[in-house]
Amino acid sequence: MSQGLITALYLVAGVLFIMSLGGLSAQSSARRGNTYGVIGMVIALAITAIGAVHSYGLLICVLVVGGSIGAVLARRVQMTAMPEMVAALHSFVGAAAVLVGIASYLEGRVFFTRSEAVIHRVEIFLGVFVGAITFTGSVVAFGKLRGAIRSKPLLLPKRHWLNLIMLIVCGAMGITFLGASGVAGLVPLLVMTVLAGVIGVHLVMAIGGADMPVVVSMLNSYSGWAAAAAGFMLDNDLLIITGALVGSSGAILSYIMCHAMNRSFISVILGGFGADEGAAPAGRTTGEPQGEVTPIAPGDTATLLEDAKSVVIVPGYGMAVAQAQHPLYEIAQHLKARGVKVRFAIHPVAGRLPGHMNVLLAEAKVPYDIVLEMEEVNEDFPNTDVALVIGANDIVNPGALDDPSSPIYGMPVLEVWKAAVTIVMKRSMASGYAGVENPLFFKENTRMLFGDAKKNVDAILAELRANSSLSAA
Amino acid sequence: MKVGIAREIRPGERRVAATPDTTRRLVKLGFEVCIERDAGRGASFPDADFEAAGAKIVDRLELWSGSEILLKVQPPEMEVALQTHEADLLAEGAVLISFLWPAKNQDLVERLRARKVTAFAMDQVPRITRAQKMDALSSMSNIAGYRAVIEAASYFGRFFTGQITAAGRVPPAKVLVIGAGVAGLSAIGAARSLGAIVRAFDTRPEVREQIQSMGAEFLTVEVEEEASEGGGYGKEMSAAFIAAEMALLAQQCREVDIVITTALIPGKVAPQLVTQEMVNSMRPGSVIVDLAAEAGGNCAVTKPDAVVVQNGVTVIGFVDLPSRLAPTASQLYGTNLLHLLADMGGGKSFHIDQENPIVRGAIVVHEGALLWPPPRPPEPAKPAVAAPKPPTASAAQGTPGAKAVETGKLQTAVMTGAFVLLALIGAVAPRELVSHLTVFVLACFVGWQVVWNVTPALHTPLMSVTNAISGIILVGGMLQISGPLSSPVTILSAVAVLLATINIVGGFMVTQRMLRMFQK
Repeated sequence: MSQGLITALYLVAGVLFIMSLGGLSAQSSARRGNTYGVIGMVIALAITAIGAVHSYGLLICVLVVGGSIGAVLARRVQMTAMPEMVAALHSFVGAAAVLVGIASYLEGRVFFTRSEAVIHRVEIFLGVFVGAITFTGSVVAFGKLRGAIRSKPLLLPKRHWLNLIMLIVCGAMGITFLGASGVAGLVPLLVMTVLAGVIGVHLVMAIGGADMPVVVSMLNSYSGWAAAAAGFMLDNDLLIITGALVGSSGAILSYIMCHAMNRSFISVILGGFGADEGAAPAGRTTGEPQGEVTPIAPGDTATLLEDAKSVVIVPGYGMAVAQAQHPLYEIAQHLKARGVKVRFAIHPVAGRLPGHMNVLLAEAKVPYDIVLEMEEVNEDFPNTDVALVIGANDIVNPGALDDPSSPIYGMPVLEVWKAAVTIVMKRSMASGYAGVENPLFFKENTRMLFGDAKKNVDAILAELRANSSLSAA
Repeated sequence: MKVGIAREIRPGERRVAATPDTTRRLVKLGFEVCIERDAGRGASFPDADFEAAGAKIVDRLELWSGSEILLKVQPPEMEVALQTHEADLLAEGAVLISFLWPAKNQDLVERLRARKVTAFAMDQVPRITRAQKMDALSSMSNIAGYRAVIEAASYFGRFFTGQITAAGRVPPAKVLVIGAGVAGLSAIGAARSLGAIVRAFDTRPEVREQIQSMGAEFLTVEVEEEASEGGGYGKEMSAAFIAAEMALLAQQCREVDIVITTALIPGKVAPQLVTQEMVNSMRPGSVIVDLAAEAGGNCAVTKPDAVVVQNGVTVIGFVDLPSRLAPTASQLYGTNLLHLLADMGGGKSFHIDQENPIVRGAIVVHEGALLWPPPRPPEPAKPAVAAPKPPTASAAQGTPGAKAVETGKLQTAVMTGAFVLLALIGAVAPRELVSHLTVFVLACFVGWQVVWNVTPALHTPLMSVTNAISGIILVGGMLQISGPLSSPVTILSAVAVLLATINIVGGFMVTQRMLRMFQK
């Protein structure tokens, strides 16, 4: 196959990838977009296989094995476990980038000029570095999201200095690597790989809880840059294009997440939010309207919902943990049948993944046109009779708007307290991931429905069913 | 023109045909206003206030005989103490404006005709748009509807509003309003604002939106039949319809706590909608307020002007509900009169123009001739539904603009930086690297543009699909996989391909799975 044809087909694949992302601009075109992505990938694989591979046995073996693993994972994964799944996939890209980089070095291409050789080595070095951080960072993120690793930030003393020192050592390894002849550079390359891996672990260990959406999008971005670096070292434009697409996508998602939390990207990446700052307000009660909370029973909640004209449901990570989205939608349907206007309101950082709540609600078959974003719904709260908050805390904290001493001051939040009544479903009075007291709970028009979210949602649903069968009789 | 305001002599009538406020405005219209001593006492308006407003306080006989236009609430009647009929006190050629109900007061109409006075019946003002400000029936119905709820509340032993208190839950009262005319809608509004759950029944489907705009649930009967007649009143319905209607009402009576009936058909006995059995089926403590009590009642148990308690159900048949809010009723009625007088030329050029449809509709006798009933009024103008659409949610105006500016700045900065960097690299690096960088930078821009357009609801699918396509790194593995099986390059590449394949297949499949779930 001629090089020209290969390049042209790579271009076609690249365009298809762009169209696949473009399709996601609306729900209606999203599935078509995904199909474009698949077609692009098939084209890319086919031409690479025809053009550059000579022994197919091994290739087919690994493709079949890898493909089956991927298929099983994709089929089995729970929608609530999507954050873990995404983090795991990131780690694979990172690991692959490391392996490709090292293999590329070992292959030992011959260059005509010294500068070309140096550039090639810089590319390898950077690719492996980013890949290693992505790999170990994603593994830790996976563990945290899965609950295998404590979600609380791990803060080593002088951790910024530690990172800096490791970076400097990596730099030194780079210089040695560039100067090494033959395969002698392998040692500094591997040392750097290990160090980069440690940096990845350390970075993500220091970030916790509610910042996880940023971490996951950041790793998404890194996995793209790693692919792009591999493209540079292998002189492959398709890899560069794809890597750049993925890299900017992750970067934008990180930006959106940070924006939604009113925090700078740097402060999120440097980590430690829910701990050093969060410890202070837990003991400090100044300005916090501590007071009595008003509990409510599921039965009364059902009555309030039935009597309302307009209800807004605000789901948070707690809903995902409790797997309460299905009965929750049944509640919504019951209310709708009674003429109650029901909508769902989603905060950009609700859950542990950008758009996580949307996916969970979609899984429960909630039509996407009643799922609203924060900007769409905030001005409607004064006309809302009941706001039902389920498993969310920081994203409905009024302190973010009116308490300058609050660590989350300035973060845009869903203004549920403007509704006539706000019902908060919560396991206990513990504070959210940010470790911040929530004055919402003490407001006069707030009712607390304590207990397991799933059980409570089921109880409300049972009550609604009983009531509707009564009035039908 | 001399306008006289008479004291009402009917027992229990507290209203008066003018208030100090409307008196002031009558004077402004050029009328000379006289008012009978103590006329405003029942409505808590002392004589001094009328005097201050420009009226002259006069005695009864002087008022009746000396007025060119006489304003009253109730029709003239026999005054037992003086053994005279009020109609006979009027001067010949005088104008009388009051409620007259000519259909059932034929003797009175005859007496007025013989007396050669001009009589206007406020109850006969045609229900056309221009006459709304003179529509005393609507004014009084509005008050009656409101007062019906208040009466119901005072006889009802529970809250109207549901409450969740520290001492437990109190359910809201359920109110059924039958007939959604002015009184019905007013009752709906009053009951809603007290916090009750309100349902309303009406045979006319076109009132659905009015009922819903007042916050009540519209109950309807699924029988095709047109129930609106000229003039904006209900009419009698077919047997099938009535059967369905009665079944619905019987079911509702078992559920609700309060029933307020307002069903009237002009000139006919009010339809009986709440039967003895329905009353028996209601919970003890329930209350029925029958606004049609005077016309025979919508409820079988109703006794006009009395409160009946049967099986623990209170049935209120007050016929003087507007009079029970005398100051407000007087003010509204007085204003209706004021508007009518203004329409007829005011004090300076008062005249009776029979071409004026309002005058023609309300006039009963004139110069010894009986002019009632008038020819049928024209088709009513389509009722303007006063349900303002809530402003549609428009996203915060500032945000998109601000975002554009922000991204604009960011773009400029990134672009400048990229150009400078490219120029620097281009100066020293080999051509191939520069071309790769070009591709890279362009791809970053394309990605930036495309990804900003992704709807936030699809951010998770976005991540999984980018995961899948970042599996393209497998191409890197494939380029190096062709060596001997034992070589480390081949092994590393094979592992890389394996991992990347998991990504590609897993990413695309899970994306597909998620996207399939999104539905409208």
